[in-house]
Amino acid sequence: MASQLHVEVVAVEEKVWSGEAEMLVARTTEGELGVLPGHAPLLGQLAEPSQVRVKVGGGEEITYDVAGGFLSITDEGVTVLAESAEPAAPAAR
Amino acid sequence: MAAQVRVLRQRIRSAKSMKKITKAMELVATSRIAKAQARVAASLPYAQAITGVLTALASNASVDHPLLTARPQVRRAGVLLITSDRGLAGGYSANAIRTAESLMARLREDGKEPVLYVIGRKGVTYYRFRNRPIEASWTGFSEQPAFTDARMVGETLIKAFIHGADDGEDHSGPDGVQGVDELHIVYTEFKSLMTQSPTTRIIGPMEVEDRPRVEGVLPAYEFEPEAEALLDALLPKYINTRIYAALLESAASESAARRRAMKSATDNAEEMIQNYTRQMNTARQAGITQEISEIVGGVNALAASGSEV
Repeated sequence: MASQLHVEVVAVEEKVWSGEAEMLVARTTEGELGVLPGHAPLLGQLAEPSQVRVKVGGGEEITYDVAGGFLSITDEGVTVLAESAEPAAPAAR
Repeated sequence: MAAQVRVLRQRIRSAKSMKKITKAMELVATSRIAKAQARVAASLPYAQAITGVLTALASNASVDHPLLTARPQVRRAGVLLITSDRGLAGGYSANAIRTAESLMARLREDGKEPVLYVIGRKGVTYYRFRNRPIEASWTGFSEQPAFTDARMVGETLIKAFIHGADDGEDHSGPDGVQGVDELHIVYTEFKSLMTQSPTTRIIGPMEVEDRPRVEGVLPAYEFEPEAEALLDALLPKYINTRIYAALLESAASESAARRRAMKSATDNAEEMIQNYTRQMNTARQAGITQEISEIVGGVNALAASGSEV
């Protein structure tokens, strides 16, 4: 568990964010899901509309509003694919 | 003589102002190429990620999605042609149209009826002037396409392709809409700043682009929702991504073609200015010479008549 989770958030027009995080929380069409390092490989379609929360560590959290999104978890890390990903407005948190 | 000089001076002036305009357009196009290339680069991570996801999905799920399977009999073939909205880009639009024309001729030879979808005002004008039918057209974003534009185009095409599945012999199927059985895309590939070549690709039925095989066994994925539902949601997005990539590349090519056209226009204007300036100088010098010889002639005549007095 000591290892960190490599997270990439990519929108169609640009790569939005990438880096190391402790945990990622997203909601697929089936339900909410938390991803920790070492998660089993998974492909999921994100709920519409939904938010993806990246816990960077030290209590810090980055939230994105995601539309048309997919989640891909592999051994290398987590990739969030989205048609658009915007940093969520602070009020929405 | 003075009249000729004045005419030449006016020509030089208009050539100079034309040169200023073409030079400005050249600079604008140059900066747009860089921007377009940056956008192509920015769209790559997503394209790679979605290709990876699809490869993983296709190797795990049974692949018999309508968007992936070739139709046994192809009657109507959709052709998406990407041209520019504005002219002054050399042969950019003309080349793309010519490529689309030869593709459509080939389709007709194979007994397929081409159905035309056009992006860009130049292509629309070309076909409208010739009274050729256009199934659908989109304009206004050829230079700076956004993903929403690609999605708009993609939705129409995918709908047509899905509708085409149940079509019978020269009539529409039970859904009442005559769709297409194949989808081709004609866009201009950006090879380098100097070379852009129109290219045709098939996007439906779709082949997931091969990417380097991953060593070893592919991980056993879990799917949320099931693989089939996921494929249903992912494939249209993949087509949209392909269209978006083609739009971006065409935009870069358009700017590059425009830059080259404007550069040669600027060079021509420069040459013209030089020629006119030479002609004007010659004309002015000729005028001066003539005046001098007139004066000298006059003086000589006066001197000759004065010596007799």
